[in-house]
Amino acid sequence: MKRRAFVLAAAGAALALDRAAARELQNPARAAPPPADTLPDGGAAGQLADPDRAGRPLDPITARDNDAAIQAVEKRLQCTCGCGLDVYTCRTTDFSCTYSPRYHRQVLALAAAGMTGDEIVAEFVKEHGESILMSPPRRGFALVGYYGPWILVGLAAAGLVLALRGWSRRAAAARGPGEPALAVPTPEELELVRRELQRFES
Amino acid sequence: MSMLGHLALWIAFLIGIWGAAAGFTGGRTGRPDLQRSARNAVFALAVTLLIAVFAIEWLLFARDFNVSYVAAETSRNLPIFYTWSALYAGQPGSLLFWATVLSVFGSLAMLLTAPRHRIYLPYVAAVVCVVAVFFITVMLGAANPFARLPYTPPDGNGMNPQLQNPGMVFHPPMLYLGYISITIPFAFAVAALLSRRLDVDWLVAIRKWTILSWLFLSIGICLGMWWAYVELGWGGYWAWDPVENASFLPWLVMTAFLHSVMIQEKRGMLKKWNLGLILAAWVLSIFGTFITRSGVIQSVHSFTQSPVGGYFSAFLIVSVILLTILYVTRLPLLRTEAYLESLVSREATFLFNNLMLVGIAVTVFTLTVFPILSEAFTGNKIQMKPPAFDLVNVPLGLALLALTGIGPLIAWRRASIPNLKRQFIVPVTAGVLAAAVILLLGMRQVWPVITISLASFVLGTVGQEFVRGVRARHRQYGEIYPLAFFRLIARNRRRYGGYVVHTGIVMLFVAFTGMAFKIETEASLKPGESVSLRSPYGWTYTFKHLGVSQYDALNRQITAGTVIVSRDGKTIGTMVPEKRQHVDSFGRPTFEPATAVAIRSDVREDLYVVLGGVVDGTETAVYRFTINPLVWWVWYGGLVVALGGVIVMWPGGTVGSNRVASGYAAKLAAESQVTGA
Repeated sequence: MKRRAFVLAAAGAALALDRAAARELQNPARAAPPPADTLPDGGAAGQLADPDRAGRPLDPITARDNDAAIQAVEKRLQCTCGCGLDVYTCRTTDFSCTYSPRYHRQVLALAAAGMTGDEIVAEFVKEHGESILMSPPRRGFALVGYYGPWILVGLAAAGLVLALRGWSRRAAAARGPGEPALAVPTPEELELVRRELQRFES
Repeated sequence: MSMLGHLALWIAFLIGIWGAAAGFTGGRTGRPDLQRSARNAVFALAVTLLIAVFAIEWLLFARDFNVSYVAAETSRNLPIFYTWSALYAGQPGSLLFWATVLSVFGSLAMLLTAPRHRIYLPYVAAVVCVVAVFFITVMLGAANPFARLPYTPPDGNGMNPQLQNPGMVFHPPMLYLGYISITIPFAFAVAALLSRRLDVDWLVAIRKWTILSWLFLSIGICLGMWWAYVELGWGGYWAWDPVENASFLPWLVMTAFLHSVMIQEKRGMLKKWNLGLILAAWVLSIFGTFITRSGVIQSVHSFTQSPVGGYFSAFLIVSVILLTILYVTRLPLLRTEAYLESLVSREATFLFNNLMLVGIAVTVFTLTVFPILSEAFTGNKIQMKPPAFDLVNVPLGLALLALTGIGPLIAWRRASIPNLKRQFIVPVTAGVLAAAVILLLGMRQVWPVITISLASFVLGTVGQEFVRGVRARHRQYGEIYPLAFFRLIARNRRRYGGYVVHTGIVMLFVAFTGMAFKIETEASLKPGESVSLRSPYGWTYTFKHLGVSQYDALNRQITAGTVIVSRDGKTIGTMVPEKRQHVDSFGRPTFEPATAVAIRSDVREDLYVVLGGVVDGTETAVYRFTINPLVWWVWYGGLVVALGGVIVMWPGGTVGSNRVASGYAAKLAAESQVTGA
């Protein structure tokens, strides 16, 4: 490429870029000044350059979101997104989950309608079945889960105590009457130990 | 390179089959040529599998996206640090890692086993080869790391963001090392059963291996807790998730074994029990691997789900049947050499310790597989959640903690009343005092009060043991106290290393109580707004939101909230929680945005801040603020446990302790003779 052709091409490209920039500035979405940053007193917040990067848009938190009674209800309900967490933990952890915020809104609505915690949970069970509960009710096969381990450990403990008593009786019988539980070494035995240890040390 | 890897897998498969056949036949017939061949097969297996690992790493670093595994686990912009760990980030790679590490451990067992225990090695080689062949079969049949795609994508999928964490670089290999190394003591146990040499010899041969497995599992579990805490963002570190449970189960059984094996070594008792524990630990390690990657039970570790469950189920069932037959046919050879003499003895406390550990293991196992059980019996899947686990495991865990303090205070064979009084007075006083102090300070929660009281009791026991030991050395050898302390540990590493482990366990238990005092709140804050939280210690934290910034870093686009934290009005620092949108090299999002928690930690409590997102695309940020008391103690408790394990494992302690013991015994013998004369 000749020098003149190069200079012309460069000038053309610069002009095109300038026009594109001017068009961009005329774009009302870009031209509008961003809301004023309000530090340090709070107030209207500035717009993010790319909100999509920050994940799903969230609703502002209200006092009811932090209500201990609401949280207690949500901790009894399991989120159905597959995380295995309760609704409260899921909605305050996995902010991409769409199920737990929905359940949260439902809990708030039912509470606002005057339902107690138990009634809200019962409403969820009616809608989703017992699989929605974090702790399955203590009846039917679930009893095996709640009390089976206790029964097993209890039986094993009883068996162990009986076995220990049996073993200690056998040990006592093997010792013979009047023989002390802890044998006192004879001089011959001590001499044997001494010789062995000397051999080991050397 | 993928051809080389594929070829290496097939050669390893054939070598493994030959090694198994030669090992079993050589062990049975006593033919030295076959025994040598089996041993060499393990070395050859290690070399060929290392070649396969080299091949897959080459492909990963070369970003050969025509290889399915490389395309699934990496992208062009994946940092090098994580490119290495991509080896075990996905199913096929982790299976290769499993088989390779097993073959390396098998080779080490062949090289390092003392000459007097080499009688077991042909069978050990055979068992290692069988297990390795199983993993290679799974790779060749269902999860080949070298499988190619019919096309070459321009970029890979990238690694799951939750795996792009330093904790995940170390946590999975540590757990795998724990799982895999259990195969070596298991192989010795099978060798002892097959060769009918069931005295204490095989136990001596596996002593270091069992501690090594336990140590790796302990470190792996602690790192997993740390990863869950810093990465998942829910503010806790243990949730009784099936995959967490899968790692905990073999740990519990190995811990029971490490205690009960002492009774067999000292008294020739519990032979059947100890053998059963080793076999169970191995079965549980395979079960853990199965749970982690089959997806048969719902878990947060869903990234590892794949169709290998059938292979693992079949292997587990066949293994359990064969092991049961082998075990039952050898029962007559496992008669006890002595009987326990008293309910109040060290042996009895170890048995109760085993009862608690195995009881917790049975509970965890039952509740973990409860969805399968309930579906089989009722047709409905019932998931048992943390409240059900806690119902049994909290009381059993506390009983275990109490036994941790009681065990070392009671003499072997039979304890006398004066001895008990002398031993218990200090630890019991420590426990009662601690309970009184915390009750006076206003703590009213039952479990934390019991835990802290028992923890003080155990620390009293450990402290008393150290003080007495150091004083004895000081008196006998004139050593200054610090020297006496170090020599005390050095001369009896197993005993005092064990006490260090107990100290770490106490730290962990105390740390767990902190969760009872967790405080959290959610808030949406505009720039300049703040929220306050009152700590359980009485002071008030204020979190002031400064604003939200967005920028690019490595392979992700970051949205970060900046929060100034002050305690009782005094600024103590800045916390910057993030939302991370991972992208490929073309800037396309690869996964859902992930949270990166900001944590400020000290010995009293952690401040844990999560950026949930923003409101309407503005700088109004939604945060979750949590105060987690005593979490620091979980990590340092884990370190102390690991330190104790290293002390126990450190070579040379046994001879030293024998010399010390022989010195005392010789002195005693001489004194007795003088008295007798």
